[in-house]
Amino acid sequence: MADKVMTFEKLPDRPPPMSQVGIVGWVRENLFGSKTNTILTLVSLYVLYILVVPLVDWAVINANWVGEDKSVCDANKAGACWVFIAARFNQIMFGLYYGANPDQIWRPTLAFALLIVLAIPLFIESFKYKLQLGAFILFGYPFVIFALIHGAWLGLPVAGTSEWGGFMLTFVLASVGIVGALPIGILLALGRRSELPVIRTFSIAFIEFWRGTPLITILFMASVMLPLFFPSEVDFDKVLRAMIGITMFQSAYTAEAIRGGLQAIPKGQFEAAEALGHNYWKMMAFIVLPQALRISIPGIVNTFIALFKDTSLVSIIGLLDLLNMALITSRSLEWKGFDLEGFTFAAFIFWICCYAMSRYSRAIEDKIDKATKY
Amino acid sequence: MKLVKLIAIAGVVAGFTASAAFAGTLDTVKSKGHVQCGVSGGLPGFSAPNDKGQMVGIDADVCYAVAAAIFGDRSKTKFTPLTAKERFTALASGEVDILSRNTTHTLHRDTALGINFTYYNYIDGQGFLVKKTLGVKSAKELDGAAVCVQAGTTTELNLADYFRTNGMKFKPVVYDTTPQTREGFDKGSCDVLTSDKSQLAAIRSELKDPSGSVILPETISKEPLGPVVRQGDDQWFNIVKWVLFAVINADELGVTSKNVDEMKKSNNPSIKRLLGLEGEMGKDLGLSADWAYNAIKQVGNYDEMYERNVAPLGLSRKGSVNDLWTRGGILYAPPIR
Repeated sequence: MADKVMTFEKLPDRPPPMSQVGIVGWVRENLFGSKTNTILTLVSLYVLYILVVPLVDWAVINANWVGEDKSVCDANKAGACWVFIAARFNQIMFGLYYGANPDQIWRPTLAFALLIVLAIPLFIESFKYKLQLGAFILFGYPFVIFALIHGAWLGLPVAGTSEWGGFMLTFVLASVGIVGALPIGILLALGRRSELPVIRTFSIAFIEFWRGTPLITILFMASVMLPLFFPSEVDFDKVLRAMIGITMFQSAYTAEAIRGGLQAIPKGQFEAAEALGHNYWKMMAFIVLPQALRISIPGIVNTFIALFKDTSLVSIIGLLDLLNMALITSRSLEWKGFDLEGFTFAAFIFWICCYAMSRYSRAIEDKIDKATKY
Repeated sequence: MKLVKLIAIAGVVAGFTASAAFAGTLDTVKSKGHVQCGVSGGLPGFSAPNDKGQMVGIDADVCYAVAAAIFGDRSKTKFTPLTAKERFTALASGEVDILSRNTTHTLHRDTALGINFTYYNYIDGQGFLVKKTLGVKSAKELDGAAVCVQAGTTTELNLADYFRTNGMKFKPVVYDTTPQTREGFDKGSCDVLTSDKSQLAAIRSELKDPSGSVILPETISKEPLGPVVRQGDDQWFNIVKWVLFAVINADELGVTSKNVDEMKKSNNPSIKRLLGLEGEMGKDLGLSADWAYNAIKQVGNYDEMYERNVAPLGLSRKGSVNDLWTRGGILYAPPIR
């Protein structure tokens, strides 16, 4: 008679009640947790309903997607007329010159594709020459894109800057502003914290002047006033003037974002660097700036996103950027009255670009967070 | 902004005086190989890009005609889209050779800005668009109406002047841009919309129900629009002016882009002179003998320009102020002889 050994076995955990897990649980806890929550949820759902349903109706369900001309859209006025965007896509993306010469569109397309190809290795962890490649993208690539888009250097048909436009112009203006503002901004930020009074005063005056002036005023001055100070033989390109204005404006903001980072570096870091025998530039380049720039990335990217959207202010000086191009194409005889579609499309492109930039900056921040947690 | 504006105006005036002495635009144009033309770029019927990306409109056509007269090739034209604010600086600083941007000829502009108005390619005037349900037949019956108007334009001032002169009251409903103004009228924020008549026709065609509103007969302001050049270069001034006169004369003489080659056989001495078969008109202007022939052949006479660009807006030319003097309008070009 064998002794029966009593064993105690743990019963398997029973799953929590249905009402607490999964979608149902989440909804119960987060959306209908209390009376206030329930009311807010219902109100929000109602607001979404009255906003989203007509939008989807207009933009997707009732929209006119295919067709040759306006007659399709006139027949169905309840929906958006994407035929208009399709017909004017080249103009809205690449401006008047490339809109009129579709056989040349490979040039801006190649320029953008090249940028994407060049940028991919930067995201690959094991790629060794990141610094060199980054430097090339910042300082060499602008010449490549200019050569391709303008064409004179390569012996291609010339697309004068006055005929640039659309998303291409927005992109060029914003990237020149961003690429140019970063080095100038670093120098200004260092200058503002310098102990040499002349440099410090100059930096403060420069930053405060450009930061204290609205971009729209700068552009207006650059376009309307500047030509009057030069003899008429000097043909000072309007796009170039806008680029200089935007770069100056942006560098002041970048400088302030970087200065914020510099101020967060503990004094011990400076002293340690000096104790190691580094001179000023070595100390800044190898010890201080790498840390300061890390801290200021969110601020810098923030100003870059703002700049990207601000470029549409160039419409005040008659440059046909993405927004302005979308607007004037809907003022032509063929497509009169479709401005809503133009604006929606422009907003969509702006959103894609700005969201991509903000995701990229979040990714960098996450990476740095991981790197600095020890 | 006010201070900026003041400084800007002072600077502009100073700049114009400084750069008034300009010479040899024709030579500059010939050496760079194209006519640089300042346009609005976003005004249907006057200048706006078409589906192929070419600038079309009656303002753009003036520049095409000048390029055809100079180079014998209308495609040697480049366009610079300009805003209303910067247009005169762009002209004075040499950024553009011709300003053809629906610009009203006024005394102040003619005298103070260092520019010269050549002639008119469209004569506009401010009018009213009203809802048919209002039952109004004349602008004089608009007392107490809510009027949609675009802010900061002479339109706003003309409107106030008109109502004051006629002892009437109105409620202005002010918008920033043309599409907003149209939207306001469509939604019923006002009973009346006021703008230049060329605009009214375009706005009306964009309404949800165009047949529900009507343009009143009254014209309350004079807006003669035409191409502008810099002061101080009489040769260039003459070229632009006479190219415009040539297309108007061609209209009067019945010479069109289609029949211009047949017309060369005509015995009419006016046509012979126009097409460069008699006299030395081209040489007097500093151009080749077939300057007007090229302009007419490649761009068309005034009537073709009008029918192609402005008529689709719903503005009939027949008997309007833009018709020829022989047909009840006021377009009157001096003879080419």
